[in-house]
Amino acid sequence: MSDIAIPAKANATRRPDESDLVKQRVRAAMWFLLPMLAALAVVAAWPLLRTIWFSMTDASLTHLADARFVWFNNYLHWTVLKSGKVIWSGVLVDPAWWNAVWNTLRFAVLSVAFETVFGVIVALVLNAEFPGRGIVRAAVLIPWAIPTIVSARMWGWMFNDQFGIINDMLMHLGLISTKIAWTASADTAFYAILIVDIWKTTPFMALLILAALQMIPRDIYEAAAIDGVHPVKTFFRVTLPLIRPALMVAVIFRLLDAMRIFDLVYVLTPNSAQTKTMSVISRENLIDFDKFAYGSAESTLLFLIIAVMTILYIWIGQVRFEGGTR
Amino acid sequence: MAELQLRDIRKSFGTVDVIKGVDLTINSGEFMVFVGPSGCGKSTLLRLIAGLETITGGTLAFDGQIVNNLAPSKRGIAMVFQSYALYPHMTVYDNMAFGMQLAHAGKEQIRERVEKAAELLQISPYLKRLPKQLSGGQRQRVAIGRAIVRDPKVFLFDEPLSNLDAALRVATRLEIAKLHHSMNGATMIYVTHDQVEAMTLADRICVLRDGIIEQVGTPVELYEQPQSIFVAGFIGSPKMNFLTGRFAEPYGAKTIGVRSEHIQIGPGEGAWTGKVIHSENLGSDSYVYADMGADEPVVVREDGTKKHQPGEPISIRPIPGQVHRFDAEGRPLGRQ
Ligand SMILES: Nc1ncnc2c1ncn2[C@@H]1O[C@H](COP(=O)(O)OP(=O)(O)O)[C@@H](O)[C@H]1O
Ligand SMILES: [Mg+2]
Repeated sequence: MSDIAIPAKANATRRPDESDLVKQRVRAAMWFLLPMLAALAVVAAWPLLRTIWFSMTDASLTHLADARFVWFNNYLHWTVLKSGKVIWSGVLVDPAWWNAVWNTLRFAVLSVAFETVFGVIVALVLNAEFPGRGIVRAAVLIPWAIPTIVSARMWGWMFNDQFGIINDMLMHLGLISTKIAWTASADTAFYAILIVDIWKTTPFMALLILAALQMIPRDIYEAAAIDGVHPVKTFFRVTLPLIRPALMVAVIFRLLDAMRIFDLVYVLTPNSAQTKTMSVISRENLIDFDKFAYGSAESTLLFLIIAVMTILYIWIGQVRFEGGTR
Repeated sequence: MAELQLRDIRKSFGTVDVIKGVDLTINSGEFMVFVGPSGCGKSTLLRLIAGLETITGGTLAFDGQIVNNLAPSKRGIAMVFQSYALYPHMTVYDNMAFGMQLAHAGKEQIRERVEKAAELLQISPYLKRLPKQLSGGQRQRVAIGRAIVRDPKVFLFDEPLSNLDAALRVATRLEIAKLHHSMNGATMIYVTHDQVEAMTLADRICVLRDGIIEQVGTPVELYEQPQSIFVAGFIGSPKMNFLTGRFAEPYGAKTIGVRSEHIQIGPGEGAWTGKVIHSENLGSDSYVYADMGADEPVVVREDGTKKHQPGEPISIRPIPGQVHRFDAEGRPLGRQ
C-alpha cells in the first residue's frame, strides 16, 4: 500500500521537477479513457439527453421531428377553468405513475432483501468444502445464465392456473384446495414476480458474496475457534463485517437493477396494475399509448430516482463505514 | 501448566499420511520446539494438539486426560499463527478482548487483563488502532498478547517470526524467551524450520522428518550427540561437514561428520590437504571453504579476519574427539 501512497503524495505536492511526469501521466490516462468516454457519450449520454429533451416537448411517435417545447408541462401542468377550478395534470399527479413507483420500490426492496439473505446462505454453503463443490457452484449459476425472457416464460407455465406444476404440487401436498391463478390474480401477481426474480438473481448475489468470503483468511476462523467463539457469533462478528464492503456493492448493483425491472413483468404479468413498474409504464406511454413525451418524462423521473438512491446509498454506506472503523 | 502426552499420534489427509506415529511427552512448563524441514508435518502436529485438525490415530492427553475429541477452546490452549490471524476489523484492544467478551467476562476484568498483556508486550499505545495500522512486529505482538489474555495452560506458536525481518526476528525471539520466563509454568510448543530459533529458545527440541520424530533432546544433546546423520546435518550452522571414502576409512565409519568449528588450519598428523575456494569474513570470525577432493567443499571456521586467497593451498585437521562417525544407515557410531 505504501508503494502506492508515496507517488500519490508526490503528485499532490507537485514539485516542479515532477510536473512533467504528472502531465505525462494525465495525458496517458486521457488516451486510455477516451474510447470509453466516447462510447459512453454515444450509448448513454446522448440517449439520456434526448430523453430529457423529449420530456419537455409535446412529441408523439408520429411527430418526433416537429415537437414543440413545452417546458415542464409533462411533469406538472395546471389549467384554470372558467369556473375558477384548477385542474392539475402531468406525471407528478398521475396515480398510475405513483402506483408504478410504489410497486417498483416495494419490489426492489423486497427482492434485494431476500436475494441478499439467500445469497449469503448459498455462498456460505458453497464456501464450505464438500465433494462435488465445483459442479454445484456451476449448477447454481444456471438460473442467472438463462435469459430472463426464457425463464419468465418457463415460470409462466409453471405458474399456470390449470396445468402449472406449482398448483399441482401444492394441491397434492394439500396446502391449497383450489387452484390459484398466480400471475393473473391481483393478490398473487406481485409475489409471482418476486419469486421468479429471487430465483433468478440469488446466484448472482451468492457468487459476489462467495468471492468476498474467499478473501477472508482461513486462520481467522481458526483463531475464533480457539477463542471459543460460537459459529453463529463468528458469522455475525467476524464474517459479516469482513464481507460488508462487498455486500454493499452487491446490494447497490442489485438495487439499481431491480429499480428498472422490465422484462420479467412484461412477459409474466403484462396487464396487472399490481406489478406495473416504472419501466413498464413508461414504455407503455412511449409506444402503446403514443404519449411519447409523457413516457419520456417518466423515464427521466426514473433516472432521477435511481441517481438519487445511488448517491444516498453511497453516502450512507460511507458514513457507516467510518463509524465502524472508529 | 500442563503435561502433554502424545501416544502413537497419526494424521492422514485422504490417503496421504502426514504424521506417522509420534510418541512424545511434553513436560509441564517446558519450552518444546518442533523443528524440521519444510513439509515435514510440524504445523500439522501442532494443529492436532490445538484441535484444529482431527486426529486420525493414537491418543493425545493433557495431564492424563484424553482430549482427542475436545474442541480447541476447551483445551486450555492459545495459538499464535504465522500470519498473525488478527481480526482485521477490530481494534488491537478488541482483538485481545474478543474471546473474553464472548465468554461474558466482566468488563473490568477484561480491561485489566488486556492492559496487563499490552504492557508486558509494550503495545499499550496502540490499543485503539486497527491491525492494518501496525507494523509486522507490532501485529505479531498483538497476536501474542491475544494468547496471553486467554491465560492458557499451553501456548502454541506456529513459525511466529517467519514474516518478520532479520533484526525484528532476533528482538521478538528474545521477547518470547522472556515471556516464557515471566509466564512461569506455562507449557510452550513452538514450531520453526529455523534451527537457530530452536537452539536459542528450546528447553528441548523435537526434530521431525517426514512425519516421524528423528530425535528429542536438549539443544546441547542434539548438537553433541546427534542420533542420525539427518539431525547432525540439520542442527548447527554452518551445516556439519560430511565426508566419506578415504576420509572416513581411518575412523572405521561409512561417513564422518565434523563441524566447521572443530577443524583446525595448519599441517600436522592426519591432516587433509587441498585448496581454498572462497573465504567469508564475518568480522569476529571467518569461514574458509576448501576443496579437499571430496564431493563438497569443507567449511572451516577460523577466529579473526585472516585473509585466504582462492587457490591457496591449505592443510586442515579435525580436532580429535570431535569427529562424529556414522554407519551405512546413518546411525551414530560415537565420536572419535
Ligand atoms: N489440509 C491438508 N490437506 C492435505 N494435505 C495437507 C494439509 N495440510 C498439510 N498437508 C500436507 O502435510 C504435509 C505437512 O504439512 P505441514 O504440517 O504444514 O508441514 P510443515 O509445517 O512442517 O512445513 C505437507 O506435505 C502438506 O502438503
Ligand atoms: Mg508449517
